[in-house]
Amino acid sequence: MNLRRDVFQAIADPTRRAILLLVAAQSMTAGAIAANFDTARPTVSKHLQILTECELLQQEQQGREIYYHFNPKKMKEVADFIEPFRKMWDDRFNKLEAIMKKYKSKK
Amino acid sequence: MERKTKINAEDGRQDLVITREFDLPVDLLFRAYTEPEIVEQWMGTKVLKLENQQHGGYQFETSNAEGTVVFRANGCIHEFVPEKRITRTFEMENAPLGIQLEFLEFEPLSEDTSRLIMQVVYRSEKHRAEQLKLPFSYGVNMAHDRLEQIVSKLK
Repeated sequence: MNLRRDVFQAIADPTRRAILLLVAAQSMTAGAIAANFDTARPTVSKHLQILTECELLQQEQQGREIYYHFNPKKMKEVADFIEPFRKMWDDRFNKLEAIMKKYKSKK
Repeated sequence: MERKTKINAEDGRQDLVITREFDLPVDLLFRAYTEPEIVEQWMGTKVLKLENQQHGGYQFETSNAEGTVVFRANGCIHEFVPEKRITRTFEMENAPLGIQLEFLEFEPLSEDTSRLIMQVVYRSEKHRAEQLKLPFSYGVNMAHDRLEQIVSKLK
């Protein structure tokens, strides 16, 4: 449950969304990512830490550099998060429809 | 024919749109929102008050088998145009969702079919996220299951 909350917090921030878009296109080092933002480097590091903790990004050591990769599997999970809410309404509306079929239209 | 409910929640916005087509004439769809006994059946909650008029209000309440109240909601009705539109607020009591503004548009598609477009506006994008997450949470799923049980017993 905690993990899930983190994912939603992660994507709620516009800078973190921008980072995800960048890294989704190409794996990058922290320095290369930070170069795309006016934000201070420690702030970008903090964003990367949050994105890594909730598994939207994955780190990979390549020689002396750490590269950040985008984790599409985790992102899919986030994209699906609306589904239970949709299902709840769909069930309700199915019920509404079934009930009202028993009534006669006045027209 | 399968008529699926669609949810449109665009990024960076504080509202969402729920759209659903019904195999029902628009007058029956509208009735499902205005007659307390019918609302109770499909919403699975008790209707304490439902005043279908401008300046009117409504109150819903759900209790579990032990009689403890597990869900309470209320709102004010701002616009009430029969078979066309209801504009109202919605507040789930004791929930971190804040008060929502709901625009319900009822449209006839043919003599026997209709569409409901429901736009829900939240206080902020964060409040909307809370709402979307809600069905995930264990407690609500439990409450929902219990609701289903109660409703199926009524049939």
